[in-house]
Amino acid sequence: MTGAVAVGVLVAAGVYLVLQRGVVRLTIGFVLLGHAANLLLVLSGGTGRRGVPFAGASGQPADPLPQAFALTAIVIGFAVSAFLLSLAFRTAEIVTDDDVERDEDV
Amino acid sequence: MSEWLALPVGAPLLAAGLSILARRQLGVQRIVGFATVVGVLVYAVALVGRTAQGEVLASRIGNWPAPFAITFAADTFSALMVLIASSMVIACMAFAAAAGEDEVMLFYPLSLVLTAGVCGAFLTADLFNMFVFFEVMLIASYVLLTIDGTWAQVRGGAVYVATNLFASTLFLIGIAFMYGATGSVNMAQLAGLDLSSAGAVVAGALLFVAFGIKGSLAPVHGWLPSAYPRARRGVAALFSGLLTKVGIYALFRVVAIVYDGDPRFLPVLLLAAGTTMVVGVMGAIGRTTMREILSFHIVSQVGYMVMGLALFTSLGLAGGIFYILHHIIVKTSLFLSAGAVETLEGTGRIDHLGGLARRYPIVAVAFMVSALSLAGVPPLSGFVAKLTLVRAAFDQSSFAIAGVAVAVSFFTLFSMVKIWNGVFWGETVSSAVGVRRAQQVVAVGGGSLVSTVAVAAPALALAIAAVMIGVWPEPLLVLSRAAADSLIDASGYVRAVLGS
Repeated sequence: MTGAVAVGVLVAAGVYLVLQRGVVRLTIGFVLLGHAANLLLVLSGGTGRRGVPFAGASGQPADPLPQAFALTAIVIGFAVSAFLLSLAFRTAEIVTDDDVERDEDV
Repeated sequence: MSEWLALPVGAPLLAAGLSILARRQLGVQRIVGFATVVGVLVYAVALVGRTAQGEVLASRIGNWPAPFAITFAADTFSALMVLIASSMVIACMAFAAAAGEDEVMLFYPLSLVLTAGVCGAFLTADLFNMFVFFEVMLIASYVLLTIDGTWAQVRGGAVYVATNLFASTLFLIGIAFMYGATGSVNMAQLAGLDLSSAGAVVAGALLFVAFGIKGSLAPVHGWLPSAYPRARRGVAALFSGLLTKVGIYALFRVVAIVYDGDPRFLPVLLLAAGTTMVVGVMGAIGRTTMREILSFHIVSQVGYMVMGLALFTSLGLAGGIFYILHHIIVKTSLFLSAGAVETLEGTGRIDHLGGLARRYPIVAVAFMVSALSLAGVPPLSGFVAKLTLVRAAFDQSSFAIAGVAVAVSFFTLFSMVKIWNGVFWGETVSSAVGVRRAQQVVAVGGGSLVSTVAVAAPALALAIAAVMIGVWPEPLLVLSRAAADSLIDASGYVRAVLGS
């Protein structure tokens, strides 16, 4: 339940920020959405789906596979956030703010 | 053979690293870039030969047991896509080299990373790895799109990145739901599972929306025409051939293998296909540059491919796959022609151009052949593709979609004639526009006979391929049929991937 609420709050905040016009807000919005997706990945694993990876051991370990997925997705999300920020930086270099609405049609 | 399945992914990535080390030596970059992609092409030809009879190759990295290993698998469909993708990369790199566009730092490394991502998405047998390869491809494309850092590119890039990132997030959430519902993301394993639980249905919906955005299906196609006309010329050609088609490939793969063509999805796909055809072709009306018009036609053509999938018969899928292959060749050729015109004349605006057929007959021939093929005029490749799809629709008594497909072809022809009349026919435009353009031509360094031929050659080569496929379609039709059969009867794919 805690997980579900956390994912819901992250998605709500992320969607709100993504719908803003500035590229920096867009970036933060996507970071939050990415966190929501990663949290969802970890939550999708649960416990007891796979056995303990040692012979003779018993118990209900957390599923390692979605954790590996989340780790990969975090790295990808980091790279994309860095790119988005550089895009925001470049936008701010050309015009004085990072508002995407101002569009001289080319 | 199968142990080399990771080659189309690994070799370009390795070469990308090498060419970053040689980033100041353009000659070394060119040799590494072309040699690598030609190597992938040769391997893909061998792969098509091996899989043509319906054999499926699979390779589990590190010999991990079946559902956990990173698995690469190649059936006829995958092999054909890798073959066509590597050919397009070579054509676009040749254009970029001829037009002087490859001198920008990191052009070759980024193109190679893009190639690796595209080939990986075609060869993976696992939803999560497909996500990773999508991202590899997209990150390279983000940088390639905005490589000049001009206002137009940054602005178009923001839309492009935001849309694709949103689609990727949906894809990832879909994977999470799929894993939560079934405990697997291996497509072959999912093929045998009951996917009627709530979680699996949500996962399917998220995946289809994500692929729809990446494949630019209406109504989520808006990002494409706002990004492609602003990229560099060779980069736009590369994107036009490869990027949306990866989304469509994923849609084919997941609908056919994971959901086994569930008839509840097909009417939705058929509706999306028809809408996409009409919306794309209507959007092209009133656009003023060659690349803007061509970008909207990508959207429209994607509808035809999905139409083949939505019919989900052997003939329909074969038609859809044939259409993808034909479209990649023809569309890349058209973007390369447009790029050649922009390189030689300094602009792609139709009202600033005219009479180019006399001055650049090679570009004119390449454009005309590809444009007529796109519209579906016999005896070119587009005619065979559309005929197959319409026949498949008639077999299923889907007369409405067949009618839409034929009607949209006429509008496509109308658009292509508009470009032809404006750019290649008529009188050479003079006056102030002409003077300004002449200055720009000097700026891009074109104009001499040698560079005209070199710039036009890639487009012409692809146009010749379109003619050959049109006149002699049998081999490619047989291969498309084999690819379609391996999608309808997934048992061979499942056996190969799970290794049982």
